[in-house]
Amino acid sequence: MLDIKHLSKTFLKGTPNAHRALQDLSLHLDKGDFVTVIGSNGAGKSTLFNAVAGSFLCEEGSIVLDGTDITYKKEHQRAKQIGRIFQDPMKGTAPDLTVEENLALAYAKSMRNPFASAHRRKDVDFYRAQLARLDMGLEDRMRTKMGQLSGGQRQAVTLLMSTIVTPKLLLLDEHTAALDPVTAQKVLEITKSIVAENQITTMMITHNIGQALHTGNRTIMLASGKIVLDLQGEEREKITLPALLEMYKEKAGKALDNDRMLLSEAE
Amino acid sequence: MEIAANALLLGLQYALLALGVYITFRILNIPDLTVDGSFTFGAAVSAVLSVAGHPFLGLAAAILCGAAAGAVTGFLQTKAGIHPILAGILTMSGLYTVNITVMQAPNVSLIGKPRFYEALYALLPNTDKDVLKTVCVAVICAGLTVALILFFKTVFGLCIRATGNNEDMVRASSINTDAAKMTALSIANALVALSGGLIAQTGGFADVNAGSGMIVVGLASVIIGEVIFGKRSLTLGLISAVVGSVVYRLIIALALENELFSADALKLISAVIIGITLCIPAVRKRIAERRIRRGAQKNA
Ligand SMILES: Nc1ncnc2c1ncn2[C@@H]1O[C@H](COP(=O)(O)OP(=O)(O)OP(=O)(O)O)[C@@H](O)[C@H]1O
Ligand SMILES: [Mg+2]
Repeated sequence: MLDIKHLSKTFLKGTPNAHRALQDLSLHLDKGDFVTVIGSNGAGKSTLFNAVAGSFLCEEGSIVLDGTDITYKKEHQRAKQIGRIFQDPMKGTAPDLTVEENLALAYAKSMRNPFASAHRRKDVDFYRAQLARLDMGLEDRMRTKMGQLSGGQRQAVTLLMSTIVTPKLLLLDEHTAALDPVTAQKVLEITKSIVAENQITTMMITHNIGQALHTGNRTIMLASGKIVLDLQGEEREKITLPALLEMYKEKAGKALDNDRMLLSEAE
Repeated sequence: MEIAANALLLGLQYALLALGVYITFRILNIPDLTVDGSFTFGAAVSAVLSVAGHPFLGLAAAILCGAAAGAVTGFLQTKAGIHPILAGILTMSGLYTVNITVMQAPNVSLIGKPRFYEALYALLPNTDKDVLKTVCVAVICAGLTVALILFFKTVFGLCIRATGNNEDMVRASSINTDAAKMTALSIANALVALSGGLIAQTGGFADVNAGSGMIVVGLASVIIGEVIFGKRSLTLGLISAVVGSVVYRLIIALALENELFSADALKLISAVIIGITLCIPAVRKRIAERRIRRGAQKNA
């Protein structure tokens, strides 16, 4: 489904601050794969997602999504096929538009006529049914402005928005990191069920090693812009959390100075 | 009574300017300074074509020219990456030369030349001419307001609204933000130019400086409308811009009539009113904070 070949990205190229954020990175995902991505801060995880989504062009390498070369496509063109959620719940929705209007915006990907009404009865009923699945009572608050919802509610709606037209690839960048543990768990469960139901090829960045191991069917670890560990199949099933943590420490090559890491270790 | 009738006629024409400013300032969240230039552009084109005997063509051309001016600003903002305010200033400044060239003179008089509303005179010969003029303008204004309300309920309209609200999100959701901005700026400046085109014909002249300060007039109308109706929905916002424009004209007419201030003071007074209204949220916040602090001191 996704084929990344020899991708390299250097920020601030040609300056003393040049930084190779991706180094000759190759990755192949099959259809329906759910890959969790781990790695220390600055490993290049978000950079990898940005490269795939088209926030910038990479100087070397190619990206092929479902047989189409998207290496040089514009961000908004790729967005037709790629759903994306950020860590910051503010980023994924328009705060002054209503819940309904936000969903309509996301659903617009599937509409050919840009001058069709954004409030068709049939569509609104569909949004309501989708919202009801979140089990957060949002189906009764469709006329509420998005900005008035809590972070968790917003993130759940963002999840709906990025999957309401089934994407070929779903990129989740620590999308539960800003939520309280209970809400985070809930949003993760909803994520799993939506992904499973539509068999969406998914990549999820997380700092919670346990979550990384127990979600999806494959786990990769990034360090200095390279994939240093790729666990799948039997090997992944057999590995224990302490063993993976040990590997993480070793491969990351530096002490765990990150609070988030320590917290997830404690779980 | 006559004052009110006059204010209504003027207010409905300037309402299109207010709608244009509402689209850029409130929906796109960009103060667009092209307005001063595109207003005159519309007036100039409309006047010159009326002199040539084509008042309707004049209005149509004003719309197209305004849209083109908006597209230039949009291009400078998006593709050329120029700061939105500077982009507007560049277009506005360049338009001055264009407008002089179109008119071939600093001003054009329309006395004795055909106007768009005169078609109605022939149709309804027994009705008061001023009433017909106002009806004609009102129909144009109402029609365009309704069209805008419907447009902003379409998928594309929604994309424009979202672009002004959270550009990051829109870019991640397959919408071309550049196209959305360019379209919105074109629509806004088309309305502004039409406003200038109408006023040139009803007023009987076009002047190369007609547009100076129009951004302030538009903002004042939008803000007065919001004071009256509050900021609730987009539909109401568009309607309130129209009403705000009429009220603004009424206020000015009454003040001038009662010699509260001279016509020269108009711009300063408008600017002060806008300044005060725009700072209301900040002042409210200060007052609320002070109240909390006082309360804390009392309880201590
Ligand atoms: N736009 C940019 N300009 C310059 N450097 C950048 C840019 N974006 C990322 N970098 C650098 O690239 C490296 C990788 O950053 P990235 O955001 O991909 O890390 P990450 O793995 O997502 O980390 P985290 O876990 O903290 O989110 C960092 O050293 C960062 O400073
Ligand atoms: Mg990151």
